[in-house]
Amino acid sequence: MAKVRKPDLVVIGAGPAGLGAALAAREAGLRDVMLIERDVELGGILPQCIHDGFGSIVFGETLTGPQYAQRFIDRVEKADMDIKLNTMVLDLRPDRSLTAVNSRDGILEIKPRAVVLAMGCRERTRHQVLIPGYRPAGVICAGAAQRDINIEGLMPGRRVVILGSGDIGLIMARRFTLEGAEVEGVYEIMDHPGGLTRNLVQCLHDYDIPLHLSHTVTFIHGRKRVEAVTVSRVDGNLKPMPGTERLVPCDTLVLSVGLIPENELSRRAGVVLDPATGGPVVDERMETSVEGIFACGNVMNVFDLVDYVTHTAEVAGRAAAEYVLRGVARKPEALRVRPGRNVRFVVPQLLRGYGGEVSFYFRVSRPERAVRARLVTGGIPLAAKRARMVRPPEMVRLRADPERLVEALSRGDLTVEVVPEDEGPERQG
Amino acid sequence: MRKKHYYTCINCPLSCSLELVEEDGEILEVTGQECEAGRRYAEEEFRDPRRMVTTTVRVRNGILPLLPVVSTAPIPKSLVREAVRALADVEVEAPVRDGQVIYRDILGTGADMVASRRLDRLD
Ligand SMILES: Cc1cc2nc3c(=O)[nH]c(=O)nc-3n(C[C@H](O)[C@H](O)[C@H](O)COP(=O)(O)OP(=O)(O)OC[C@H]3O[C@@H](n4cnc5c(N)ncnc54)[C@H](O)[C@@H]3O)c2cc1C
Ligand code: SF4
Repeated sequence: MAKVRKPDLVVIGAGPAGLGAALAAREAGLRDVMLIERDVELGGILPQCIHDGFGSIVFGETLTGPQYAQRFIDRVEKADMDIKLNTMVLDLRPDRSLTAVNSRDGILEIKPRAVVLAMGCRERTRHQVLIPGYRPAGVICAGAAQRDINIEGLMPGRRVVILGSGDIGLIMARRFTLEGAEVEGVYEIMDHPGGLTRNLVQCLHDYDIPLHLSHTVTFIHGRKRVEAVTVSRVDGNLKPMPGTERLVPCDTLVLSVGLIPENELSRRAGVVLDPATGGPVVDERMETSVEGIFACGNVMNVFDLVDYVTHTAEVAGRAAAEYVLRGVARKPEALRVRPGRNVRFVVPQLLRGYGGEVSFYFRVSRPERAVRARLVTGGIPLAAKRARMVRPPEMVRLRADPERLVEALSRGDLTVEVVPEDEGPERQG
Repeated sequence: MRKKHYYTCINCPLSCSLELVEEDGEILEVTGQECEAGRRYAEEEFRDPRRMVTTTVRVRNGILPLLPVVSTAPIPKSLVREAVRALADVEVEAPVRDGQVIYRDILGTGADMVASRRLDRLD
Protein backbone atom coordinates (compact mmCIF):
# COMPACT_ATOMS: atom_id res chain seq x y z
CA MET A 1 0.00 0.00 0.00
CA ALA A 2 1.43 3.35 -1.05
CA LYS A 3 2.19 5.93 1.63
CA VAL A 4 -0.28 8.82 1.66
CA ARG A 5 1.23 12.28 1.13
CA LYS A 6 -0.59 15.25 2.71
CA PRO A 7 0.66 18.54 1.23
CA ASP A 8 -1.15 21.83 1.76
CA LEU A 9 -1.79 22.22 -1.95
CA VAL A 10 -1.50 20.20 -5.11
CA VAL A 11 -1.36 22.05 -8.43
CA ILE A 12 -2.14 19.79 -11.39
CA GLY A 13 -0.31 20.91 -14.54
CA ALA A 14 2.81 23.08 -14.86
CA GLY A 15 1.98 25.38 -17.76
CA PRO A 16 1.80 29.13 -17.13
CA ALA A 17 -1.41 28.55 -15.15
CA GLY A 18 0.07 25.95 -12.80
CA LEU A 19 3.40 27.77 -12.41
CA GLY A 20 1.63 31.05 -11.64
CA ALA A 21 -0.77 29.45 -9.16
CA ALA A 22 1.96 27.53 -7.32
CA LEU A 23 4.08 30.68 -7.01
CA ALA A 24 1.18 32.81 -5.83
CA ALA A 25 0.30 30.19 -3.20
CA ARG A 26 3.91 30.05 -1.94
CA GLU A 27 4.10 33.84 -1.84
CA ALA A 28 0.84 33.95 0.10
CA GLY A 29 2.52 31.81 2.76
CA LEU A 30 1.68 28.19 1.94
CA ARG A 31 4.65 26.02 2.82
CA ASP A 32 4.01 22.61 1.37
CA VAL A 33 3.09 23.04 -2.29
CA MET A 34 3.26 20.13 -4.71
CA LEU A 35 3.33 20.76 -8.46
CA ILE A 36 2.52 17.77 -10.65
CA GLU A 37 3.29 17.69 -14.39
CA ARG A 38 3.02 14.74 -16.73
CA ASP A 39 5.55 16.16 -19.20
CA VAL A 40 9.35 15.89 -18.77
CA GLU A 41 9.74 19.62 -18.16
CA LEU A 42 7.95 22.67 -16.80
CA GLY A 43 6.21 25.22 -19.02
CA GLY A 44 3.18 23.45 -20.48
CA ILE A 45 2.53 24.34 -24.09
CA LEU A 46 4.82 27.38 -24.09
CA PRO A 47 8.18 25.74 -24.91
CA GLN A 48 6.80 24.83 -28.33
CA CYS A 49 5.39 28.33 -29.04
CA ILE A 50 8.73 29.75 -30.18
CA HIS A 51 7.25 32.84 -31.86
CA ASP A 52 7.04 36.14 -30.00
CA GLY A 53 4.07 38.14 -28.76
CA PHE A 54 3.71 36.86 -25.21
CA GLY A 55 3.76 38.92 -22.06
CA SER A 56 2.89 42.44 -23.21
CA ILE A 57 0.45 42.88 -20.31
CA VAL A 58 2.30 41.01 -17.54
CA PHE A 59 5.85 42.16 -18.37
CA GLY A 60 5.25 45.15 -20.66
CA GLU A 61 7.47 43.62 -23.33
CA THR A 62 6.98 40.98 -25.96
CA LEU A 63 8.59 37.65 -25.31
CA THR A 64 8.62 34.28 -27.05
CA GLY A 65 6.68 31.44 -25.45
CA PRO A 66 9.86 29.80 -24.05
CA GLN A 67 11.06 33.15 -22.66
CA TYR A 68 7.74 33.77 -20.95
CA ALA A 69 7.82 30.28 -19.43
CA GLN A 70 11.48 30.62 -18.42
CA ARG A 71 10.74 33.64 -16.20
CA PHE A 72 8.25 31.58 -14.20
CA ILE A 73 10.36 28.43 -14.21
CA ASP A 74 13.33 30.34 -12.74
CA ARG A 75 11.14 31.62 -9.91
CA VAL A 76 9.47 28.27 -9.27
CA GLU A 77 12.83 26.51 -9.03
CA LYS A 78 13.92 28.96 -6.34
CA ALA A 79 10.64 28.83 -4.46
CA ASP A 80 11.23 25.50 -2.73
CA MET A 81 8.33 23.33 -3.69
CA ASP A 82 7.84 19.68 -4.39
CA ILE A 83 7.97 19.44 -8.18
CA LYS A 84 6.95 16.12 -9.65
CA LEU A 85 7.74 15.86 -13.35
CA ASN A 86 6.92 12.84 -15.52
CA THR A 87 3.99 12.33 -13.21
CA MET A 88 0.43 11.87 -14.38
CA VAL A 89 -2.59 12.50 -12.20
CA LEU A 90 -4.94 9.61 -12.88
CA ASP A 91 -7.81 10.35 -10.58
CA LEU A 92 -9.23 13.18 -8.52
CA ARG A 93 -12.09 12.63 -6.11
CA PRO A 94 -14.71 14.97 -4.61
CA ASP A 95 -12.91 14.84 -1.22
CA ARG A 96 -9.83 16.28 -3.08
CA SER A 97 -7.79 13.13 -2.68
CA LEU A 98 -5.92 12.14 -5.80
CA THR A 99 -3.93 9.36 -7.36
CA ALA A 100 -0.87 9.99 -9.49
CA VAL A 101 1.72 7.74 -11.05
CA ASN A 102 5.33 7.96 -12.15
CA SER A 103 8.07 5.46 -12.83
CA ARG A 104 10.09 6.31 -9.71
CA ASP A 105 7.51 6.45 -6.92
CA GLY A 106 4.99 4.15 -8.59
CA ILE A 107 1.47 4.95 -7.44
CA LEU A 108 1.17 8.09 -5.30
CA GLU A 109 -1.81 8.59 -3.02
CA ILE A 110 -2.15 12.26 -2.11
CA LYS A 111 -4.55 14.00 0.23
CA PRO A 112 -3.97 17.75 -0.10
CA ARG A 113 -5.95 20.40 1.74
CA ALA A 114 -6.58 22.26 -1.53
CA VAL A 115 -6.22 21.58 -5.25
CA VAL A 116 -5.66 23.91 -8.21
CA LEU A 117 -6.69 22.54 -11.59
CA ALA A 118 -4.32 23.82 -14.30
CA MET A 119 -4.44 21.07 -16.92
CA GLY A 120 -4.78 23.41 -19.90
CA CYS A 121 -6.58 22.36 -23.04
CA ARG A 122 -6.31 19.95 -25.92
CA GLU A 123 -6.95 20.20 -29.62
CA ARG A 124 -10.09 19.25 -31.43
CA THR A 125 -9.30 16.40 -33.79
CA ARG A 126 -10.40 15.28 -37.22
CA HIS A 127 -12.92 13.05 -35.55
CA GLN A 128 -14.73 16.05 -34.16
CA VAL A 129 -15.01 17.86 -37.50
CA LEU A 130 -16.12 14.79 -39.45
CA ILE A 131 -14.28 14.90 -42.75
CA PRO A 132 -15.09 11.99 -45.05
CA GLY A 133 -12.34 10.06 -46.77
CA TYR A 134 -9.74 7.47 -45.92
CA ARG A 135 -7.58 7.56 -42.82
CA PRO A 136 -4.15 8.06 -44.28
CA ALA A 137 -1.04 9.34 -42.53
CA GLY A 138 -0.49 13.07 -42.91
CA VAL A 139 -3.54 14.44 -41.09
CA ILE A 140 -2.21 16.28 -38.06
CA CYS A 141 -3.40 18.84 -35.52
CA ALA A 142 -1.66 22.22 -35.65
CA GLY A 143 -0.32 22.00 -32.11
CA ALA A 144 1.07 18.53 -32.74
CA ALA A 145 2.79 19.82 -35.88
CA GLN A 146 4.17 22.70 -33.80
CA ARG A 147 5.64 20.22 -31.34
CA ASP A 148 7.16 18.12 -34.13
CA ILE A 149 8.84 21.08 -35.83
CA ASN A 150 9.88 23.19 -32.84
CA ILE A 151 10.74 20.59 -30.21
CA GLU A 152 11.45 17.28 -31.93
CA GLY A 153 13.00 18.62 -35.12
CA LEU A 154 10.71 16.62 -37.41
CA MET A 155 8.99 17.92 -40.54
CA PRO A 156 5.45 16.53 -40.75
CA GLY A 157 5.15 17.30 -44.48
CA ARG A 158 6.26 19.28 -47.51
CA ARG A 159 3.03 20.30 -49.22
CA VAL A 160 0.52 21.53 -46.72
CA VAL A 161 -3.14 22.52 -46.60
CA ILE A 162 -4.42 24.08 -43.39
CA LEU A 163 -8.02 23.70 -42.27
CA GLY A 164 -9.19 26.37 -39.83
CA SER A 165 -7.82 29.86 -39.30
CA GLY A 166 -7.25 29.66 -35.55
CA ASP A 167 -4.07 31.29 -34.26
CA ILE A 168 -2.07 28.09 -34.02
CA GLY A 169 -2.95 27.24 -37.64
CA LEU A 170 -1.87 30.69 -38.83
CA ILE A 171 1.36 30.53 -36.88
CA MET A 172 2.09 27.10 -38.32
CA ALA A 173 1.43 28.36 -41.86
CA ARG A 174 4.37 30.72 -41.37
CA ARG A 175 6.50 28.15 -39.59
CA PHE A 176 6.04 25.52 -42.32
CA THR A 177 6.91 28.13 -44.95
CA LEU A 178 10.06 29.25 -43.14
CA GLU A 179 11.13 25.64 -42.78
CA GLY A 180 10.92 25.22 -46.54
CA ALA A 181 7.53 23.58 -46.99
CA GLU A 182 4.90 24.88 -49.36
CA VAL A 183 1.61 25.97 -47.78
CA GLU A 184 -1.08 25.94 -50.43
CA GLY A 185 -3.61 27.85 -48.38
CA VAL A 186 -5.72 28.17 -45.26
CA TYR A 187 -9.40 27.19 -45.49
CA GLU A 188 -11.92 28.58 -43.02
CA ILE A 189 -15.55 27.45 -42.89
CA MET A 190 -16.77 30.69 -41.25
CA ASP A 191 -17.04 33.95 -43.17
CA HIS A 192 -14.56 35.59 -40.80
CA PRO A 193 -11.10 34.52 -39.67
CA GLY A 194 -10.71 32.61 -36.40
CA GLY A 195 -7.37 34.08 -35.38
CA LEU A 196 -6.04 37.45 -34.29
CA THR A 197 -5.48 40.08 -36.98
CA ARG A 198 -1.83 40.34 -36.02
CA ASN A 199 -1.39 36.70 -36.97
CA LEU A 200 -3.33 37.07 -40.23
CA VAL A 201 -1.02 39.87 -41.29
CA GLN A 202 2.30 38.57 -40.04
CA CYS A 203 1.77 34.88 -40.81
CA LEU A 204 -0.30 34.89 -44.01
CA HIS A 205 0.05 38.28 -45.79
CA ASP A 206 3.80 38.44 -45.16
CA TYR A 207 4.26 35.12 -46.93
CA ASP A 208 1.53 35.44 -49.58
CA ILE A 209 -0.40 32.49 -48.19
CA PRO A 210 -4.04 32.70 -49.32
CA LEU A 211 -6.93 32.55 -46.85
CA HIS A 212 -10.16 31.09 -48.25
CA LEU A 213 -13.11 32.08 -46.08
CA SER A 214 -16.42 30.15 -46.29
CA HIS A 215 -14.53 27.07 -47.47
CA THR A 216 -13.97 23.65 -46.00
CA VAL A 217 -12.28 20.35 -46.76
CA THR A 218 -14.87 17.84 -47.97
CA PHE A 219 -12.73 14.82 -48.80
CA ILE A 220 -9.32 13.46 -47.89
CA HIS A 221 -7.68 11.46 -50.68
CA GLY A 222 -4.96 8.86 -50.34
CA ARG A 223 -4.91 5.50 -48.63
CA LYS A 224 -1.46 5.31 -47.08
CA ARG A 225 -0.51 8.97 -47.08
CA VAL A 226 -2.56 12.06 -47.89
CA GLU A 227 -2.34 12.68 -51.65
CA ALA A 228 -4.83 15.52 -52.00
CA VAL A 229 -7.89 17.07 -50.41
CA THR A 230 -11.12 18.27 -51.97
CA VAL A 231 -12.14 21.74 -50.84
CA SER A 232 -15.59 23.24 -51.32
CA ARG A 233 -17.28 26.55 -50.76
CA VAL A 234 -20.00 26.54 -48.10
CA ASP A 235 -23.34 28.34 -48.07
CA GLY A 236 -24.87 30.49 -45.31
CA ASN A 237 -25.71 27.36 -43.31
CA LEU A 238 -22.11 26.12 -43.57
CA LYS A 239 -23.19 23.34 -45.97
CA PRO A 240 -20.78 22.55 -48.82
CA MET A 241 -22.16 23.78 -52.16
CA PRO A 242 -22.23 21.17 -54.95
CA GLY A 243 -20.26 22.18 -58.00
CA THR A 244 -17.68 24.22 -56.08
CA GLU A 245 -15.29 21.33 -55.40
CA ARG A 246 -11.61 21.80 -56.16
CA LEU A 247 -8.88 19.17 -55.84
CA VAL A 248 -5.80 20.39 -53.99
CA PRO A 249 -2.78 18.08 -54.15
CA CYS A 250 -0.88 17.94 -50.85
CA ASP A 251 0.83 15.46 -48.55
CA THR A 252 -0.34 16.95 -45.26
CA LEU A 253 -3.58 18.34 -43.86
CA VAL A 254 -3.09 20.45 -40.75
CA LEU A 255 -6.16 20.92 -38.56
CA SER A 256 -6.56 24.10 -36.56
CA VAL A 257 -10.15 23.67 -35.54
CA GLY A 258 -10.22 24.76 -31.95
CA LEU A 259 -9.19 23.86 -28.43
CA ILE A 260 -11.18 22.22 -25.66
CA PRO A 261 -10.45 22.62 -21.94
CA GLU A 262 -9.00 19.42 -20.51
CA ASN A 263 -11.48 18.45 -17.79
CA GLU A 264 -11.50 14.66 -17.44
CA LEU A 265 -10.19 14.96 -13.89
CA SER A 266 -12.54 17.80 -12.98
CA ARG A 267 -15.48 15.66 -14.05
CA ARG A 268 -14.32 12.77 -11.91
CA ALA A 269 -14.15 15.08 -8.92
CA GLY A 270 -17.73 16.15 -9.53
CA VAL A 271 -16.81 19.69 -10.58
CA VAL A 272 -19.72 21.35 -12.40
CA LEU A 273 -18.77 22.41 -15.93
CA ASP A 274 -20.22 25.28 -17.97
CA PRO A 275 -21.36 24.03 -21.39
CA ALA A 276 -20.54 27.44 -22.89
CA THR A 277 -16.86 27.43 -21.86
CA GLY A 278 -16.21 23.71 -21.52
CA GLY A 279 -14.52 24.49 -18.20
CA PRO A 280 -15.55 24.59 -14.54
CA VAL A 281 -18.07 27.09 -13.25
CA VAL A 282 -16.01 29.31 -10.91
CA ASP A 283 -16.54 32.26 -8.60
CA GLU A 284 -14.34 35.33 -8.39
CA ARG A 285 -11.70 33.43 -6.38
CA MET A 286 -11.66 30.78 -9.12
CA GLU A 287 -13.17 28.24 -6.77
CA THR A 288 -15.15 25.50 -8.51
CA SER A 289 -18.38 23.89 -7.30
CA VAL A 290 -16.27 21.55 -5.12
CA GLU A 291 -15.00 23.36 -2.05
CA GLY A 292 -11.22 23.62 -1.94
CA ILE A 293 -10.79 22.88 -5.65
CA PHE A 294 -9.78 25.93 -7.70
CA ALA A 295 -9.15 26.31 -11.43
CA CYS A 296 -7.18 28.66 -13.67
CA GLY A 297 -5.90 29.11 -17.21
CA ASN A 298 -7.10 27.20 -20.21
CA VAL A 299 -8.72 24.47 -18.17
CA MET A 300 -11.31 27.12 -17.28
CA ASN A 301 -11.87 28.43 -20.78
CA VAL A 302 -9.56 28.89 -23.72
CA PHE A 303 -7.78 32.24 -23.45
CA ASP A 304 -6.02 33.74 -26.44
CA LEU A 305 -3.55 35.68 -24.30
CA VAL A 306 -1.20 33.98 -21.90
CA ASP A 307 -1.15 37.16 -19.80
CA TYR A 308 -4.77 36.57 -18.80
CA VAL A 309 -3.89 32.98 -17.93
CA THR A 310 -1.29 34.29 -15.50
CA HIS A 311 -3.81 36.67 -13.92
CA THR A 312 -6.33 33.90 -13.27
CA ALA A 313 -3.50 31.76 -11.87
CA GLU A 314 -2.53 34.41 -9.35
CA VAL A 315 -6.12 34.72 -8.17
CA ALA A 316 -6.51 30.94 -7.83
CA GLY A 317 -3.16 30.44 -6.08
CA ARG A 318 -3.81 33.19 -3.56
CA ALA A 319 -7.34 31.98 -2.88
CA ALA A 320 -6.14 28.41 -2.35
CA ALA A 321 -3.56 29.67 0.16
CA GLU A 322 -6.16 31.69 2.05
CA TYR A 323 -8.46 28.73 2.12
CA VAL A 324 -5.79 26.53 3.68
CA LEU A 325 -4.16 29.08 6.01
CA ARG A 326 -7.12 31.03 7.24
CA GLY A 327 -9.87 28.57 6.57
CA VAL A 328 -11.71 31.14 4.44
CA ALA A 329 -14.74 28.98 3.82
CA ARG A 330 -16.84 29.35 0.76
CA LYS A 331 -19.71 31.77 1.05
CA PRO A 332 -22.87 29.83 0.33
CA GLU A 333 -24.70 32.62 -1.51
CA ALA A 334 -23.72 33.46 -5.06
CA LEU A 335 -24.94 35.81 -7.75
CA ARG A 336 -24.95 34.48 -11.28
CA VAL A 337 -23.09 36.46 -13.88
CA ARG A 338 -24.95 35.93 -17.13
CA PRO A 339 -23.94 36.57 -20.71
CA GLY A 340 -26.18 39.29 -22.20
CA ARG A 341 -26.38 41.00 -25.58
CA ASN A 342 -23.61 39.87 -27.96
CA VAL A 343 -21.77 37.97 -25.22
CA ARG A 344 -21.13 34.24 -25.64
CA PHE A 345 -19.86 33.44 -22.16
CA VAL A 346 -18.38 35.09 -19.09
CA VAL A 347 -15.94 33.88 -16.45
CA PRO A 348 -16.20 33.90 -13.51
CA GLN A 349 -19.79 32.76 -13.71
CA LEU A 350 -20.48 33.39 -10.02
CA LEU A 351 -19.91 36.29 -7.66
CA ARG A 352 -19.94 35.64 -3.93
CA GLY A 353 -18.68 39.01 -2.74
CA TYR A 354 -15.32 38.42 -1.06
CA GLY A 355 -14.25 41.99 -1.77
CA GLY A 356 -11.42 43.16 -3.98
CA GLU A 357 -11.35 44.00 -7.66
CA VAL A 358 -12.75 41.36 -10.00
CA SER A 359 -11.86 40.87 -13.65
CA PHE A 360 -14.56 39.40 -15.86
CA TYR A 361 -13.42 37.79 -19.08
CA PHE A 362 -15.77 37.28 -21.98
CA ARG A 363 -16.02 36.65 -25.70
CA VAL A 364 -18.50 38.23 -28.09
CA SER A 365 -20.69 36.24 -30.48
CA ARG A 366 -20.16 38.48 -33.50
CA PRO A 367 -17.88 41.33 -34.53
CA GLU A 368 -19.22 44.78 -33.69
CA ARG A 369 -17.88 48.32 -33.89
CA ALA A 370 -18.17 51.25 -31.51
CA VAL A 371 -19.47 49.48 -28.46
CA ARG A 372 -19.57 49.70 -24.72
CA ALA A 373 -19.06 46.56 -22.64
CA ARG A 374 -20.96 46.75 -19.35
CA LEU A 375 -21.62 44.82 -16.22
CA VAL A 376 -25.18 45.60 -15.15
CA THR A 377 -27.57 44.66 -12.42
CA GLY A 378 -31.20 45.73 -12.44
CA GLY A 379 -30.48 48.05 -15.36
CA ILE A 380 -27.66 49.85 -13.50
CA PRO A 381 -24.12 49.62 -14.89
CA LEU A 382 -21.45 48.74 -12.32
CA ALA A 383 -18.55 48.78 -14.71
CA ALA A 384 -18.19 49.83 -18.32
CA LYS A 385 -15.53 50.07 -20.92
CA ARG A 386 -15.55 51.36 -24.46
CA ALA A 387 -14.17 49.48 -27.40
CA ARG A 388 -13.92 50.64 -30.97
CA MET A 389 -14.13 47.05 -32.11
CA VAL A 390 -14.85 43.66 -30.60
CA ARG A 391 -14.31 40.33 -32.37
CA PRO A 392 -14.94 36.73 -31.30
CA PRO A 393 -11.23 35.74 -31.32
CA GLU A 394 -10.24 38.52 -28.94
CA MET A 395 -11.21 38.00 -25.34
CA VAL A 396 -12.33 41.11 -23.50
CA ARG A 397 -11.48 41.88 -19.90
CA LEU A 398 -13.77 44.07 -17.84
CA ARG A 399 -12.58 45.08 -14.40
CA ALA A 400 -15.07 45.92 -11.72
CA ASP A 401 -14.29 47.86 -8.62
CA PRO A 402 -15.05 46.19 -5.27
CA GLU A 403 -17.41 48.79 -3.84
CA ARG A 404 -19.72 48.71 -6.79
CA LEU A 405 -19.76 44.92 -6.63
CA VAL A 406 -20.80 44.97 -2.97
CA GLU A 407 -23.71 47.18 -3.99
CA ALA A 408 -24.68 44.57 -6.53
CA LEU A 409 -25.03 41.88 -3.92
CA SER A 410 -28.22 43.42 -2.64
CA ARG A 411 -29.67 43.80 -6.10
CA GLY A 412 -29.59 40.37 -7.63
CA ASP A 413 -27.98 38.78 -10.64
CA LEU A 414 -25.50 40.42 -12.97
CA THR A 415 -25.30 40.56 -16.72
CA VAL A 416 -22.33 41.29 -18.93
CA GLU A 417 -23.44 42.82 -22.22
CA VAL A 418 -22.10 44.64 -25.22
CA VAL A 419 -24.22 47.55 -26.40
CA PRO A 420 -23.80 50.19 -29.11
CA GLU A 421 -21.68 53.04 -27.83
CA ASP A 422 -24.38 55.68 -28.10
CA GLU A 423 -26.95 53.71 -26.11
CA GLY A 424 -27.65 55.22 -22.73
CA PRO A 425 -25.60 57.61 -20.61
CA GLU A 426 -22.17 56.76 -19.21
CA ARG A 427 -22.73 55.55 -15.66
CA GLN A 428 -19.40 54.08 -14.94
CA GLY A 429 -18.14 52.38 -11.79
CA MET B 1 4.84 56.45 -61.37
CA ARG B 2 2.03 56.55 -58.86
CA LYS B 3 1.41 53.31 -56.99
CA LYS B 4 -1.00 52.17 -54.30
CA HIS B 5 -0.10 49.83 -51.46
CA TYR B 6 -2.55 48.17 -49.09
CA TYR B 7 -1.91 47.30 -45.46
CA THR B 8 -3.93 46.10 -42.48
CA CYS B 9 -3.06 47.99 -39.34
CA ILE B 10 -2.27 45.59 -36.48
CA ASN B 11 -1.90 48.10 -33.67
CA CYS B 12 -5.39 47.63 -32.29
CA PRO B 13 -8.37 45.29 -32.83
CA LEU B 14 -10.04 47.72 -35.24
CA SER B 15 -7.65 46.47 -37.94
CA CYS B 16 -8.14 49.42 -40.29
CA SER B 17 -7.54 48.80 -43.99
CA LEU B 18 -4.90 51.29 -45.00
CA GLU B 19 -4.13 52.59 -48.47
CA LEU B 20 -0.83 54.26 -49.15
CA VAL B 21 -0.24 56.20 -52.36
CA GLU B 22 3.33 56.72 -53.45
CA GLU B 23 5.16 58.24 -56.40
CA ASP B 24 8.74 57.15 -57.04
CA GLY B 25 9.20 56.16 -53.44
CA GLU B 26 7.74 59.34 -52.04
CA ILE B 27 4.63 58.92 -49.90
CA LEU B 28 1.80 61.14 -51.11
CA GLU B 29 -1.07 60.00 -48.98
CA VAL B 30 -2.28 57.44 -46.44
CA THR B 31 -6.01 56.83 -46.04
CA GLY B 32 -8.27 54.42 -44.18
CA GLN B 33 -6.75 54.86 -40.73
CA GLU B 34 -8.84 55.94 -37.77
CA CYS B 35 -5.85 57.30 -35.92
CA GLU B 36 -2.25 58.45 -36.25
CA ALA B 37 -0.82 55.04 -35.34
CA GLY B 38 -2.25 53.69 -38.59
CA ARG B 39 -0.49 56.31 -40.69
CA ARG B 40 2.82 55.59 -38.96
CA TYR B 41 2.33 51.87 -39.42
CA ALA B 42 1.65 52.23 -43.17
CA GLU B 43 4.67 54.49 -43.61
CA GLU B 44 6.94 52.04 -41.79
CA GLU B 45 5.53 49.11 -43.71
CA PHE B 46 6.28 50.93 -46.94
CA ARG B 47 9.71 52.39 -46.11
CA ASP B 48 11.32 49.81 -43.88
CA PRO B 49 9.18 46.87 -42.78
CA ARG B 50 10.87 44.90 -40.01
CA ARG B 51 10.08 41.67 -38.19
CA MET B 52 11.47 39.75 -35.26
CA VAL B 53 13.04 36.41 -36.23
CA THR B 54 12.20 33.30 -34.22
CA THR B 55 13.36 29.84 -35.19
CA THR B 56 15.31 26.89 -33.81
CA VAL B 57 18.91 25.65 -34.06
CA ARG B 58 20.23 22.14 -33.48
CA VAL B 59 21.70 21.16 -30.14
CA ARG B 60 24.32 18.52 -29.29
CA ASN B 61 23.91 16.60 -26.00
CA GLY B 62 20.88 18.56 -24.89
CA ILE B 63 17.77 17.26 -23.15
CA LEU B 64 15.99 18.27 -26.36
CA PRO B 65 17.30 18.20 -29.94
CA LEU B 66 16.41 21.83 -30.71
CA LEU B 67 16.94 25.22 -29.11
CA PRO B 68 14.54 28.12 -29.81
CA VAL B 69 16.26 31.40 -30.70
CA VAL B 70 15.03 34.96 -31.12
CA SER B 71 16.54 38.11 -32.61
CA THR B 72 17.51 40.93 -30.24
CA ALA B 73 15.78 43.43 -32.57
CA PRO B 74 13.51 43.35 -35.60
CA ILE B 75 15.38 42.95 -38.89
CA PRO B 76 14.27 43.96 -42.41
CA LYS B 77 11.36 41.78 -43.41
CA SER B 78 13.02 40.85 -46.71
CA LEU B 79 15.85 39.14 -44.80
CA VAL B 80 13.76 36.94 -42.49
CA ARG B 81 13.72 33.86 -44.72
CA GLU B 82 17.43 34.11 -45.38
CA ALA B 83 18.13 34.49 -41.66
CA VAL B 84 16.15 31.34 -40.87
CA ARG B 85 18.02 29.49 -43.61
CA ALA B 86 21.39 30.60 -42.25
CA LEU B 87 20.40 29.40 -38.79
CA ALA B 88 19.37 25.99 -40.10
CA ASP B 89 23.07 25.10 -40.34
CA VAL B 90 23.95 26.21 -36.82
CA GLU B 91 24.59 23.64 -34.13
CA VAL B 92 25.34 24.42 -30.48
CA GLU B 93 26.56 22.36 -27.55
CA ALA B 94 24.41 21.99 -24.42
CA PRO B 95 24.10 23.35 -21.78
CA VAL B 96 22.80 26.69 -23.06
CA ARG B 97 21.87 29.66 -20.87
CA ASP B 98 18.70 31.67 -21.41
CA GLY B 99 19.74 34.74 -23.44
CA GLN B 100 23.08 33.26 -24.55
CA VAL B 101 24.22 34.70 -27.88
CA ILE B 102 24.03 31.96 -30.51
CA TYR B 103 24.78 33.93 -33.67
CA ARG B 104 26.22 37.41 -33.79
CA ASP B 105 25.07 40.14 -36.19
CA ILE B 106 22.76 38.06 -38.35
CA LEU B 107 23.22 38.98 -42.05
CA GLY B 108 24.87 42.23 -41.06
CA THR B 109 21.64 43.62 -39.60
CA GLY B 110 23.21 44.41 -36.25
CA ALA B 111 20.80 42.05 -34.47
CA ASP B 112 22.10 38.99 -32.61
CA MET B 113 20.25 35.71 -32.28
CA VAL B 114 19.95 34.62 -28.64
CA ALA B 115 18.66 31.48 -26.92
CA SER B 116 15.06 31.99 -25.81
CA ARG B 117 15.24 29.37 -23.05
CA ARG B 118 17.68 27.48 -20.87
CA LEU B 119 18.57 24.07 -22.21
CA ASP B 120 20.24 21.58 -19.89
CA ARG B 121 22.74 18.93 -20.84
CA LEU B 122 21.60 15.37 -21.04
CA ASP B 123 23.58 13.28 -18.58
C1 LIG C 1 -0.77 23.97 -29.36
C2 LIG C 1 -1.08 25.26 -28.65
C3 LIG C 1 -0.46 26.44 -29.07
C4 LIG C 1 -0.74 27.65 -28.45
N1 LIG C 1 -0.14 28.79 -28.90
C5 LIG C 1 -0.37 29.95 -28.26
C6 LIG C 1 0.27 31.13 -28.65
O1 LIG C 1 1.00 31.11 -29.62
N2 LIG C 1 0.04 32.28 -27.95
C7 LIG C 1 -0.78 32.32 -26.85
O2 LIG C 1 -0.93 33.36 -26.20
N3 LIG C 1 -1.42 31.20 -26.47
C8 LIG C 1 -1.24 30.04 -27.16
N4 LIG C 1 -1.90 28.93 -26.79
C9 LIG C 1 -2.82 29.09 -25.71
C10 LIG C 1 -2.04 28.63 -24.51
O3 LIG C 1 -2.51 27.35 -24.21
C11 LIG C 1 -2.12 29.56 -23.33
O4 LIG C 1 -1.57 30.81 -23.66
C12 LIG C 1 -1.37 28.99 -22.12
O5 LIG C 1 -0.23 28.27 -22.48
C13 LIG C 1 -2.29 28.12 -21.36
O6 LIG C 1 -1.67 27.81 -20.14
P1 LIG C 1 -2.16 26.67 -19.21
O7 LIG C 1 -1.17 26.59 -18.12
O8 LIG C 1 -3.59 26.88 -18.88
O9 LIG C 1 -2.12 25.34 -20.10
P2 LIG C 1 -0.90 24.51 -20.71
O10 LIG C 1 0.23 25.37 -21.10
O11 LIG C 1 -1.50 23.64 -21.75
O12 LIG C 1 -0.41 23.60 -19.48
C14 LIG C 1 -1.18 22.52 -18.96
C15 LIG C 1 -0.24 21.50 -18.38
O13 LIG C 1 -0.97 20.54 -17.63
C16 LIG C 1 -0.39 19.27 -17.82
N5 LIG C 1 -1.37 18.25 -17.50
C17 LIG C 1 -2.60 18.08 -18.05
N6 LIG C 1 -3.23 17.02 -17.51
C18 LIG C 1 -2.40 16.50 -16.57
C19 LIG C 1 -2.49 15.39 -15.68
N7 LIG C 1 -3.57 14.61 -15.63
N8 LIG C 1 -1.45 15.13 -14.87
C20 LIG C 1 -0.33 15.92 -14.91
N9 LIG C 1 -0.21 16.98 -15.73
C21 LIG C 1 -1.21 17.27 -16.56
C22 LIG C 1 0.03 19.29 -19.27
O14 LIG C 1 1.04 18.35 -19.54
C23 LIG C 1 0.51 20.72 -19.45
O15 LIG C 1 1.88 20.85 -19.23
C24 LIG C 1 -1.66 27.71 -27.40
C25 LIG C 1 -2.28 26.52 -26.98
C26 LIG C 1 -2.01 25.30 -27.59
C27 LIG C 1 -2.72 24.05 -27.14
S1 SF4 D 1 -5.30 52.96 -37.52
FE1 SF4 D 1 -5.57 53.35 -35.34
S2 SF4 D 1 -7.66 52.70 -34.99
FE2 SF4 D 1 -7.10 51.81 -36.96
S3 SF4 D 1 -6.30 49.75 -36.45
FE3 SF4 D 1 -4.56 51.15 -36.48
S4 SF4 D 1 -4.31 51.74 -34.34
FE4 SF4 D 1 -6.39 50.90 -34.54
